[in-house]
Amino acid sequence: MSNGRAEQEGGDIAIREHQPGMMVVSMDGEVDIMRSPELQTALQDAINRIKGKGAVVVDLSGVTYMDSSGVATLVRGLQLSRKKGVGLVLCSLQDRVRSIFEIARLDTVFPMASSLDEAIDAASAV
Amino acid sequence: MPDSLPSTVQDSPPDIVLRVVSDVRYLAGVREMVAGVAKRLGFSHDSSSHLALAVDEALCNVIRHGYQQELGRPIWMKLWPLDDDGEYGPGVCIVIEDEAKQIDPAKIKGRDLDDIRPGGLGVHIIRQVVDCAEYAPREHAGMRLTLIKRLDGPSAQRARALTQDCGGMACGPTQTSHPAGERADQCGPAGGGQ
Repeated sequence: MSNGRAEQEGGDIAIREHQPGMMVVSMDGEVDIMRSPELQTALQDAINRIKGKGAVVVDLSGVTYMDSSGVATLVRGLQLSRKKGVGLVLCSLQDRVRSIFEIARLDTVFPMASSLDEAIDAASAV
Repeated sequence: MPDSLPSTVQDSPPDIVLRVVSDVRYLAGVREMVAGVAKRLGFSHDSSSHLALAVDEALCNVIRHGYQQELGRPIWMKLWPLDDDGEYGPGVCIVIEDEAKQIDPAKIKGRDLDDIRPGGLGVHIIRQVVDCAEYAPREHAGMRLTLIKRLDGPSAQRARALTQDCGGMACGPTQTSHPAGERADQCGPAGGGQ
């Protein structure tokens, strides 16, 4: 997937290069056990496309629902990004989605930003 | 069924009985149905969403762990509205049953949340978003999960606490408290839990 947009039932997922070393993964719709594999593939793709220092911003503004499989996928992404020395920032979480991270006590584990611009600024500082 | 179940559940047939097969394609539809019914039973938007989340996580666990992702196996979901004057107060009881392998309910637990790794969150989430989550083996085969959520039980209060401070996106990590740290593991009538 290169700057591509994969349209699936239940929402879209897209990867784009915002600037060299800065990838943005955007996803819409519901991220449940059926769609988590798409997110995992996109995260791996985005992380692996960064050579050297850089960061991945995951824009969740369009995600209306996430279950534990989606959260687990993001944890895997975070672990992979740390292993490769790449930053990973989540942004624009809707209340319903954010509450899952708080219930799982992962809201302090992931860097989070309130907007895409803020996330890009934060990721640029990584 | 455990003795602590509401008398409504023990004495009357469910208002809703749904049989769904073990296939993740149907989870979104079940979530929508549960959330829609919960709203019409008086639950807030957040509490309705959390109830749907609990059912979703429970069905996922049955499909992934109970049936080992085998397609086409039966899962039943039964729903009773709970009356204002019942021992639990107003709310809803949902029972999810399967024919998967039986396991010791004491061994069904979420992972240590301080151990940051993928997986193991489903049971923890279920116990946070409802007021009662009790697993038991069925008489002949499979497991039964009983979920009780009260209109204004501790889980509803946690739901409010989770959203009232942040308004979602503006809340930075350092501002976040953990109302989810307290949970109602044990099922019991409303009197002791409020």
